[in-house]
Amino acid sequence: MNTKVTIAGVTLNNPVMTASGTFGSGMEYSDFVDLNRLGAVVTKGVANVPWPGNKVPRVAETYGGMLNAIGLQNPGIDVFVKRDIPFLQRYDTKIIVNVCGKTVEDYLEVVERLGEEPVDMLEINVSCPNVKEGAIAFGQRPDSLYDITSQVKKKAKQPVIMKLSPNVTDITEMAKAAEAAGADALSMINTITGMKIDIHKRQFALANKTGGLSGPAIKPVAVRMVYQAAHAVKIPIIGMGGIANAEDAVEFLLAGASAVAVGAMNFVNPYVTVEVAEGIEAYMERYGIEDVSELIGAVEE
Amino acid sequence: MAQKKKVTVTVVSQKQIAAQVYDLWLETELTEDAHAGQFVAVYPHNAATLLPRPISICEVDRDRGRMRLVYRVAGKGTAEFSAYRMGDTLDVLGVLGNGFPLEKAAGKKVFLMGGGIGIPPMLQLAKELEAEKHILLGYRDQDLFLQEDMGQYGQVYIATEDGSVGVQGNVMDIISVNELQADVIMACGPMPMLRAIKQYAAGQKIEAYISLEERMACGVGACLGCVCTTSRIDHHSHVNNARICTDGPVFEAGDVEI
Repeated sequence: MNTKVTIAGVTLNNPVMTASGTFGSGMEYSDFVDLNRLGAVVTKGVANVPWPGNKVPRVAETYGGMLNAIGLQNPGIDVFVKRDIPFLQRYDTKIIVNVCGKTVEDYLEVVERLGEEPVDMLEINVSCPNVKEGAIAFGQRPDSLYDITSQVKKKAKQPVIMKLSPNVTDITEMAKAAEAAGADALSMINTITGMKIDIHKRQFALANKTGGLSGPAIKPVAVRMVYQAAHAVKIPIIGMGGIANAEDAVEFLLAGASAVAVGAMNFVNPYVTVEVAEGIEAYMERYGIEDVSELIGAVEE
Repeated sequence: MAQKKKVTVTVVSQKQIAAQVYDLWLETELTEDAHAGQFVAVYPHNAATLLPRPISICEVDRDRGRMRLVYRVAGKGTAEFSAYRMGDTLDVLGVLGNGFPLEKAAGKKVFLMGGGIGIPPMLQLAKELEAEKHILLGYRDQDLFLQEDMGQYGQVYIATEDGSVGVQGNVMDIISVNELQADVIMACGPMPMLRAIKQYAAGQKIEAYISLEERMACGVGACLGCVCTTSRIDHHSHVNNARICTDGPVFEAGDVEI
């Protein structure tokens, strides 16, 4: 049985990754799961300088999901390359660094710094809904997305994954813009912008008022968008959005994803990533699938 | 520090001990590494309420492998917990957080201050700490809980907001009315109480270790949901943010901006 998948020339031991922002750089969850069992660890977003993030409360539970507005708190690229990359290098997993910024120059600075580091791929965060500048501003218009993607591609030494926002009118336009600008892969979906109000206090549940919705509640939206994007572009797609188990992961593969990432459900089940990897193998065995790539886009039309 | 894990535990008993306050005993291997001031995260069975609820450890009975949680029903998750009966099972993530630094108070004159649903963790602290313990408890009214358990481990003083029992007012009023003094404070309670303690401790030039709470998601330091502002740039975030779930929940009052 072959569980390996290749994305932009990088071969992963299996198609299971972590979704950026839900797994730190793996340290905290290495108490629970063997990181060697993961196809890749996608790190929390890192910027050129430390970012303090938003005020608390930063998280709120919603029906079958959660809202977050962390605001991309991160220690900055200097600390990241000294601490997080050496930690991840100890494992037989691929390292994908999520890059964030307020301006195009911020992104490019991080991308250039990472060019000299043992990093396998870059994931460019143009879709975080929780910061006032940058991030999603680049990911909601095809021309802005095209522009930042092509600029990042000029500087990047590693394959570039563009992480797309679901908060757009037509996801296929965004996917095509990223592909046309040279993106090597897409990851989708980032969180869906939402809001929660405490009716007893008459206050917003989050200090930021709005936050990104994640968890099982968003999975059908994510599967639909992955399916649409997979039919619009040729580059591989990393599918995510509410994956809680192997069945969910297979659904994304069948919709057209070449790999999957597990996000909010890490908070619910800290063992979930490895359980998904093992469950995909069990599914392959049950249906006599020799190679996991046979599942990609294999839903019957 | 012991490895964190998610385990299935069995309910030994549960009873209501005050309005909306429940006393839950669990049978679990997590007791072996559990200390005063640490917490566990309890998962609701209902899949629509995804996130685990952080609840402080009230008492640990290592000999019998039992852990006591005393919590207030504050929403859907805790409402579900309150219906659990003997023999029910539930999933718990633990043991989480740093706990109270016993070595800072050993042999000294210590105030253990608890306000409202911040009272429960002070019980295990009172049990573990070898010191001259003055236990100051603040309640809203005469609907008291845990005050008898506390009495085994030190002198208990009570304040109620309505004056129905003990000193009228809050835990700070206990100090002034009884003219008490301490070398160090350990406390858990609502933010106004913790702010008053921080200010008092600074005035007295003594250390105060306070337990903070915040909305959490992962409970293990990954999601950065539950941060508090620190006075110095900390080693992990490199901004003035510490993670309450992992770097805390107990902080020296002077180290945090509250």
